[in-house]
Amino acid sequence: MATMRTTLRERTDPLGHCVALFALTVAELAVAVLPLSAVVVPARWPVILLHGGTTGAILWLWFVPAVLLTAVLGRRLLVTHRRLVSAWCGVPIAPPYRPRPTVERTEHGWYWNGHDYHKYHWFSRLNGWLRWRGQDPASWRDLTWQVVGVPLGGVPVALPVLVPAYGALGLARLAGVTALDPLFGSSYLVAGAAVVVGAAAAFGFVAVLATPRAMLRVHGLAARWLLAPTGTARLRQRVETLTRTRADATDAQAAELRRIERDLHDGAQARLVAVGLTLGAIERLLDTDPAAARELLAKTRETSAQALDELRDLVRGIHPPVLSERGLADALRALALDSPLPVEARVTLSGRLSAPIESAAYFAVAELLTNVAKHAAATRATVTAGYAGGVLRVTVEDDGRGGAEESAGTGLRGIRRRLGTFDGTLALHSPPGGPTRATLEIPCALSSPKTSTSSGRD
Amino acid sequence: MRVVLAEDLYLLREGLTHLLRAHGFDVIAAVDDGTDLAAALATEDPPDVAVVDVRLPPTFTDEGLQAALTARRNRPGLPVLVLSAHVEQLYARELLADGAGGVGYLLKDRVFNSEQFVDAVRRVAAGGTAMDPDVIAKLLTHQPLTRLTAREREVLGLMAEGRSNAAIAAGLHLSEGAVSKYTTNIFTKLDLAPSDDDNRRVLAVLAYLNGTRP
Repeated sequence: MATMRTTLRERTDPLGHCVALFALTVAELAVAVLPLSAVVVPARWPVILLHGGTTGAILWLWFVPAVLLTAVLGRRLLVTHRRLVSAWCGVPIAPPYRPRPTVERTEHGWYWNGHDYHKYHWFSRLNGWLRWRGQDPASWRDLTWQVVGVPLGGVPVALPVLVPAYGALGLARLAGVTALDPLFGSSYLVAGAAVVVGAAAAFGFVAVLATPRAMLRVHGLAARWLLAPTGTARLRQRVETLTRTRADATDAQAAELRRIERDLHDGAQARLVAVGLTLGAIERLLDTDPAAARELLAKTRETSAQALDELRDLVRGIHPPVLSERGLADALRALALDSPLPVEARVTLSGRLSAPIESAAYFAVAELLTNVAKHAAATRATVTAGYAGGVLRVTVEDDGRGGAEESAGTGLRGIRRRLGTFDGTLALHSPPGGPTRATLEIPCALSSPKTSTSSGRD
Repeated sequence: MRVVLAEDLYLLREGLTHLLRAHGFDVIAAVDDGTDLAAALATEDPPDVAVVDVRLPPTFTDEGLQAALTARRNRPGLPVLVLSAHVEQLYARELLADGAGGVGYLLKDRVFNSEQFVDAVRRVAAGGTAMDPDVIAKLLTHQPLTRLTAREREVLGLMAEGRSNAAIAAGLHLSEGAVSKYTTNIFTKLDLAPSDDDNRRVLAVLAYLNGTRP
């Protein structure tokens, strides 16, 4: 019974999707022709628009907002459209748009929108917005789709609804219902019945029911032709991503070097200076006051031990020794052991990854485990790591209260930035009430396993 | 007592050799890489104890630790004291995993205090354990072993470092009798069957390292 219900749903859902996509396509067309409504009605519109007068002014008053409305509403519909096609048609379509320019105030009080300077903030924004929309080829491809979308993509998804409806009307006519004859003509209706009954007989009932799926695919392919990013757009997006992640990487690196410099300067370096000074004092005291010299020696030993402690912490923060000694798999196991919570490590990695990637994954997991211990109110956690299909995938899962906010701290943003350098991603799934699951993925190559190392309990 | 020493830094190797000789040890081999260490541990006449640096040439990974673990697999209970610039619970666990005793794992800094260091070498050679306080400190941050009282956990921590009952008693200002009562309680609570006391101490440490599982 349950399986029957699912198959029924599988059959009827695509039909619903067809209806929705058809409606959307028609709505997009309507939005595209909105500005035309201003000019279609009065036949002498060019004259009026150019020569002005009251009618012209009224027309302009309508025409300008209508164009803006088309641009805003049209893009909004198409963003939804891409999402639905990706979800329903099995044809993923990525957003093709350029990023919106930001407006910055210069020190002289002008506003810079990435192209030119303006005196007023609102004007700079408007100017930047128009330029952004107008110069993006994706806007014009969108508009093209809005105009040609109905015949190209709308008709295919309308067919699975219209054809059976046509047939049903025909069958009704055969059964003696004549009410629709004035509208369609009886011969057309009867022909419709013949078409549908014939198709059902030729291809089988199931095949007729399966057409919505096929038509969805046709719709998806048509939409992709105009709505997917072009090769140039993809390259442009790639360049933008690389520029951003490169800047992030160099910033992070510079900050890291500054931190190391500060730590060394204030820590180990200062302590070694103290050791040197004290050794000098001991040298002087050796003959005159051996007891005091011995006391100072003990203190010196303590200072050098502290310096070592600090260096050890510093080294751990730069590149954990266990990572260079054992690789990511054992380093993750060591992390799991060091967590104050019971953490189970399920690691299946049979080789080594490149050092920067191992390091990025290690620090990401360390940060995630720290978050779990600090904020999640969890009693235990699991770290799962594996490599498949050219992607390293690590998941950190806890049984805590969930509701982790991306914006709450800088930690997650830091992880994301760090992974971004390698085109890696971090997905956070944390519904209120928990549990929280963070998954990081990094595309990379796995080198052949070195001598295998024995591992601990986990 | 015959010692094999593996350390790649010349100064440290010489220093350790002097230190051990000064305390009456016979350093039969002082090697500087993993291959030589493996050879020195695989001889017909093995040393009484090996003092080994984790990171050694040629790979500068955990060459020394691997050589020590291999040697102990071939000769169960071969006393090994592992030195490192940093301590990992993971490595401590691997060293203790066979439950045979005669293992030590210390930070190199511990060499600063030569008496304590030499004491640790002797303890390991005699089949005991010497765990670095840093390893134990990390373990103490774990969620408490619920069945043990605070005092029992304290005693267990010191036991994990490899201290004797007498040393624990001195450290905690207790009588030796009280300490032995605590250790008996710990053994009972961790379901360790009565057996050779040394062996049970190692098992208790293992239980401790495993957090909750005896």
